[in-house]
Amino acid sequence: MLRDITIGQYYPVDSPIHRLDPRVKLAGTMVFLISLFVTSGIAAYVLATLWLGTLIYLSRVPFRFITKGLKAILILLIISVSFNLFLTEGRPIFRIGFLTMTWEGLSLAFFMAVRLIYLVIASSLMTLTTTPNQLTDGLEKGLGFLKRFSVPVHEISMMMSIALRFIPILIEETDKIMKAQTARGADFESGNLIQRAKSMVPILVPLFLSAFRRASDLAMAMEARCYHGGEGRTKMKPLRYEKRDRIAYGIMVIYFVLMLCTRFLPF
Amino acid sequence: MKIIDAAHVFFDYVRRDENDNIEEVSHALSDLSLSIEEGSFVCILGHNGSGKSTFAKLLNGLNLPKEGTVLIAGMDTREEEKLLKIRETAGMVFQNPDNQIIANVVEEDVGFGPENIGVPTEEIWRRVDASLAAVGMQAYRMKSPNRLSGGQKQRVAIAGVMAMKPACIILDEPTAMLDPNGRKDVMATVHELNRKEGMTIVHITHYMEEAVEADRVIVMDGGHVVMDGTPREVFSRVEELRALSLCVPQATELAYELRQAGMPLREGILTREELIEELVPLLRRGRVKEDA
Amino acid sequence: MESYALRDISFEIQDGEFIGLIGHTGSGKSTLIQHLNGLMRPSSGTVYFNGEDIFGAGYDLRALRGKVGLVFQYPEYQLFETDVLADVKYGPKNMGLSDQEAEERAKEALALSGLSEDFWTRSPFELSGGQKRRAAIAGVLAMEPQVLILDEPTAGLDPRGRDEILETVSQLHKSRHVTIILVSHSMEDIARYADRILVLNEGNLQYFDTPKRVFKYYRELEKMGLSAPQITYLMHGLRDEGIDVDTSIGTIEEAREEILRIYEKNRIKD
Repeated sequence: MLRDITIGQYYPVDSPIHRLDPRVKLAGTMVFLISLFVTSGIAAYVLATLWLGTLIYLSRVPFRFITKGLKAILILLIISVSFNLFLTEGRPIFRIGFLTMTWEGLSLAFFMAVRLIYLVIASSLMTLTTTPNQLTDGLEKGLGFLKRFSVPVHEISMMMSIALRFIPILIEETDKIMKAQTARGADFESGNLIQRAKSMVPILVPLFLSAFRRASDLAMAMEARCYHGGEGRTKMKPLRYEKRDRIAYGIMVIYFVLMLCTRFLPF
Repeated sequence: MKIIDAAHVFFDYVRRDENDNIEEVSHALSDLSLSIEEGSFVCILGHNGSGKSTFAKLLNGLNLPKEGTVLIAGMDTREEEKLLKIRETAGMVFQNPDNQIIANVVEEDVGFGPENIGVPTEEIWRRVDASLAAVGMQAYRMKSPNRLSGGQKQRVAIAGVMAMKPACIILDEPTAMLDPNGRKDVMATVHELNRKEGMTIVHITHYMEEAVEADRVIVMDGGHVVMDGTPREVFSRVEELRALSLCVPQATELAYELRQAGMPLREGILTREELIEELVPLLRRGRVKEDA
Repeated sequence: MESYALRDISFEIQDGEFIGLIGHTGSGKSTLIQHLNGLMRPSSGTVYFNGEDIFGAGYDLRALRGKVGLVFQYPEYQLFETDVLADVKYGPKNMGLSDQEAEERAKEALALSGLSEDFWTRSPFELSGGQKRRAAIAGVLAMEPQVLILDEPTAGLDPRGRDEILETVSQLHKSRHVTIILVSHSMEDIARYADRILVLNEGNLQYFDTPKRVFKYYRELEKMGLSAPQITYLMHGLRDEGIDVDTSIGTIEEAREEILRIYEKNRIKD
């Protein structure tokens, strides 16, 4: 059913990672990504692999869910690997026509691929262990400092949260409108590109109108319930750091320092 | 005490063209005066365009009167600094169940109103618990609103208003988009809130059966109040209601038809039970004589 | 686990019948009607229209959709054109008619739908709820369907709008002999218009009979989350008090006749 679509892909189990404050997880993901890009060398990558492996183990999310996200970047991965392999200058391994594969290219391609894969895995791990609501709350609170630079942090997170609620509704509505127009003899499958694009008009116009109507209804309903922006608002589920969150931050710092230290190692 | 007091209210809808010139002005309400007692259950009837929804929106400051005053628990809706307090006092439930639920989890949606008015966290939880219990939706508190039926969504919306501890709830056609079972549930919920919590209810509808149990029925047409009284008083004016293309409850209509045909039935019959009670002696009369 | 939206349903509808389709929310009504014009395919079994298998090889489903018109719930949400007439022409044009033919059909359909001519050249979004609904129904009528299926055509309308729509549908049935399948939650409307009632319960066909016979099962209907018309309950109430009335009555007109008949009979004996 269309109603079952969840944005993000939360995997509902109870684990130490699930229980962490979303801000910790957001920060952790950032720290991990930065650590990958400021280091290179075997030691750093062994450490990063161990770190990521431990987190996945702790999260109790099955490995196949973690790697699901990789499918989406497969093509990107292949392109970036082949560019690195063949377009890096250095000691040649072999030659196909005008293309030369080099030792330097091989190493670069390898590290590039690992970075990309780890990047996707780390972000998947975050969305798999954090509900969309926690994520928006985490963003609002975690990025709260941006308010000083007049970034409307509360509004952005409210928008995200409303989008999460209405996306399934609008998907279902699209389906309804398509059926209604099909019942009036519409044909969305045949014809050339222009004809097909034109045949979308009877779907898109009602869909946009419906979205606007819903938006205006919702705005009124929010106003009627005393919504007046983020000023003076309290929280039903405020984010509070627990002991485990502070420990997690500590471990994160140690990891990052260790990663930096690998830069001074000869390999 | 009067919880709602509207005096000589005028309200216009103005349509403007691209250059901001006035194209059309329609008078949605003209010289409307209406007050509602605290704790009462009032039903407002009228067909689309009668001004009933416009009136509803005046009651918590979503619309402001062009002329006249609207007082909610003594507060004038035109005083901007009192607007939040007014909206807290007179909560509103709308027609479309989907377009008034904001959060992705039932309990968080109920907590939305209290969050907006700055209620402390522990108190929000107490209010959410109590409100969900009052509408009988505790079992669904962790569910996504998308998984609820229309009637359940409306009950969540009512709980969301309850959590602001209002003195009055205005429901603008809350049952129009529901199936009969959903309608029954919502009506039962609203009646219970009125009885148990003493909540003032202003229920706007065009289902006549829903008005039968109200304390007071107000019929609007063309921006005016055209009838105002107990359900019995209002529904005994069958012909006038028909002229407004409003119908009456089925039992009332049948009683009216039978009276027209010469049967001596009393006026103002509202329910099936009352009609049966009236009919039985009339239909049995012959038989009683035979027996004797 | 497999779940069924519809399970082993067989029935026949004759030309020119007025069928009431009832069942509580989730009983499979919407699924069933979408099978009748080929929008949904059954996982097994088939649907015949005028004796032909609509899922058979080479059957023109698009043409079928012109013959079996389906008006969805809240059909006004499908309006998209800049004026009403253009919107109503959308269906006939999809059927391959020329612009002129489509326009003739559209005008005729709009007239049938009862929407006053002043509104034909207006934007559909300037109309009232009831008018929009009529424009949307005209959009299906313009394809000149032999069968018209309406999914709760009166949902959300005020009493005036409800009466007008039902009157239009009844007119189409009477004067144009269009076969009607009306999905409704209002037992009063069903009792008033339908020749036969099809009752769905959890994907099963429970009853398919005349209103009088179906409403005899009012206790069973209640178990399915449905009910009988108010008036039927009234007649049962009278019967329980020992008055010999016909309990299969479902409309005010019939009840009036029946009660007056007994009343007059008793009076003569006075």
